Amino acid sequence: MTTPMPSLAVSACTATSALGHGLDTHRQALEQGRSGLRPNDISQAPLPCWIGRVDGVEDEPLPAALADWDCRNNRLAWLGLRQDGFLDRVHAARTRYGADRIALLLGTSTASIGATEEGYRRLDASGHLPDDLRRRAIHSPHSLTDFVAAALALEGPCLTVSTACSSSAKVFASAERMIRLGLVDAAVVGGVDTLCDSVLFGFGSLELISAEPCRPFDEARNGISIGEAAGFALLERADAAPQAPRLLGWGESSDAHHMSTPHPEGLGAELAIREALARAGLEPTQVDYINLHGTASHKNDTMEANLLARLFPTTTRASSTKGFTGHTLGAAGIIEAVIALLAIEGGLIPGNLGARAPDPACSASFAWHAAHQRVAVAMSNSFGFGGNNACLVFGQAQVSR
Amino acid sequence: MNALSVYVEGLGVWSSTLADIDALRARRAGAPPATPVERPPASRLSAGERRRASASVLLAVEVAGQAVAMSGRAADTLACVFASAYGDLAITDYLCATLARTPDELSPTRFHHSVHNAPAGYWTIATDCHAPSSAICAGHATAGAGLLEAATLACAGQQPVLLVCSDIAGHGPLGEVVACHHDFGGGLVLSPILGPGSRARLALTLARTSCTPSSPPIDCTSGMSDNPSAALLPLLESLLDATGHVTLAAARGLALHARVEPMA
Repeated sequence: MTTPMPSLAVSACTATSALGHGLDTHRQALEQGRSGLRPNDISQAPLPCWIGRVDGVEDEPLPAALADWDCRNNRLAWLGLRQDGFLDRVHAARTRYGADRIALLLGTSTASIGATEEGYRRLDASGHLPDDLRRRAIHSPHSLTDFVAAALALEGPCLTVSTACSSSAKVFASAERMIRLGLVDAAVVGGVDTLCDSVLFGFGSLELISAEPCRPFDEARNGISIGEAAGFALLERADAAPQAPRLLGWGESSDAHHMSTPHPEGLGAELAIREALARAGLEPTQVDYINLHGTASHKNDTMEANLLARLFPTTTRASSTKGFTGHTLGAAGIIEAVIALLAIEGGLIPGNLGARAPDPACSASFAWHAAHQRVAVAMSNSFGFGGNNACLVFGQAQVSR
Repeated sequence: MNALSVYVEGLGVWSSTLADIDALRARRAGAPPATPVERPPASRLSAGERRRASASVLLAVEVAGQAVAMSGRAADTLACVFASAYGDLAITDYLCATLARTPDELSPTRFHHSVHNAPAGYWTIATDCHAPSSAICAGHATAGAGLLEAATLACAGQQPVLLVCSDIAGHGPLGEVVACHHDFGGGLVLSPILGPGSRARLALTLARTSCTPSSPPIDCTSGMSDNPSAALLPLLESLLDATGHVTLAAARGLALHARVEPMA
């Protein structure tokens, strides 16, 4: 029996994706319905598809002291950390609580495997990784979090969650547990994933990639567009930032169904949603906006549209924002959590960009275009390979439960 | 820092010369090393799943199955944390080698096996478990960070939790850099409350220190010290004795002290 949890303040957050660097570019793109997708210009061999690529990642070398971690994924992390004054906010928290009283919990699906891929393309004459890439730090799924711990000088509990596309949603749950038990006073959560051949050709091999920009919840949708992103948030006890928006609840579950397709009736997804609402102490009718997982894969969107219609009234508005950013995989949880927070802050329901003719399973909840209304409570769904589900609930500081 | 208290209800272990906890107990009592075996039986998987599963999945499912069987708990309601420093190094080697030559020929099965949560996915499918499952890593501190995450999940959720720490040996050019030469997996079932299945109490405290983690006993597991998951082995040994004090790295500069106390 899940009981309500004390809410946490989300006292700072930031996002960098194909929409741009920092929160302002995201606000503007969501208002204007401007997609960040472009034709694939990053895979090493041709692959006809659209991608959500972040501009300028290659131009952002790491500080010399952190050069051991240099690779494209950590460059994106570094770019993301420097937006919206986030570094300063973490520095202030470090001063207030102490470096060992702040947890660092990040999600990623492939971390810096792009650097390992490059090493294999440039093997030396004896078949070894080339000298410049013989760095253990970057050939590990913990590369991202290890780098960010050094960059932020944090010395508390530090771990990477890697549960595919739910990774950077689940870190909010881990952080809440650690803060509630008093292991730490605050947590930096988030996630980073970069475009690389593994995911482009991997999802391609599963025939899950669309040749055109993805069309979530369109009746003729034909696959995902992959994106890359970095996002971070600072979580503290509510009394530390009384005016900040809140993390109200989280839910986690497993489908126990299939490694690469969701449960057709959304059994695990529903468990995660119900658990998140119970932990938030809210009824479905109190949810104003849901940022859907909405990948534009045939199976996910059918399952999720049916689930939405079954569990929520049509006064709950909902959309997928994958048409803006692409599916940013291990970073999707944090990017869409930030979009949910922007919805609360600005009273903005993002439109479900990319769909032309709605799937008949879609209820009147769907926001096909951006709309302005008060958003007191916003939810974000993240469902990953292996049937790994997470759901987060955020709210205004003064939301009544 | 604050302490967490959990009760250990089940243990599991596997390496090529340690088939299970009984084998570890026997080795500590002076039995000769067993003849190495190639693959763990992973009997919780169906025959079809066992055929499809990768080496990292077989290893993780094996120790998970052992620990849950000893606990007497039903696997289908048990939240689980699967920790692995490297994930499936053999599949990463395959992926990178294939992408460098013939990316269009990438195997879709190997690709979906490449996710870090493949063991969690296979385990929850095999046991029909809808409880939360996670897959984590923390470099050299993976075992300690995994234990901390699992104990936190148990205490915060007031629920029993399965922890698996497992890493397989590296392959190819990546394997050279990673330098992990032996498969090792360890598993625990933790409960926040004392019950009939409690075998020992674990008191966990975090300390900011440049800790010296407890080393695996060399005679049981020669060459195992390069496997980050083997950091769990000294704790498994203390749990067999139901007494002792073990230190694991939990993060850079953060130690997790585990005091093992017998049941009254």
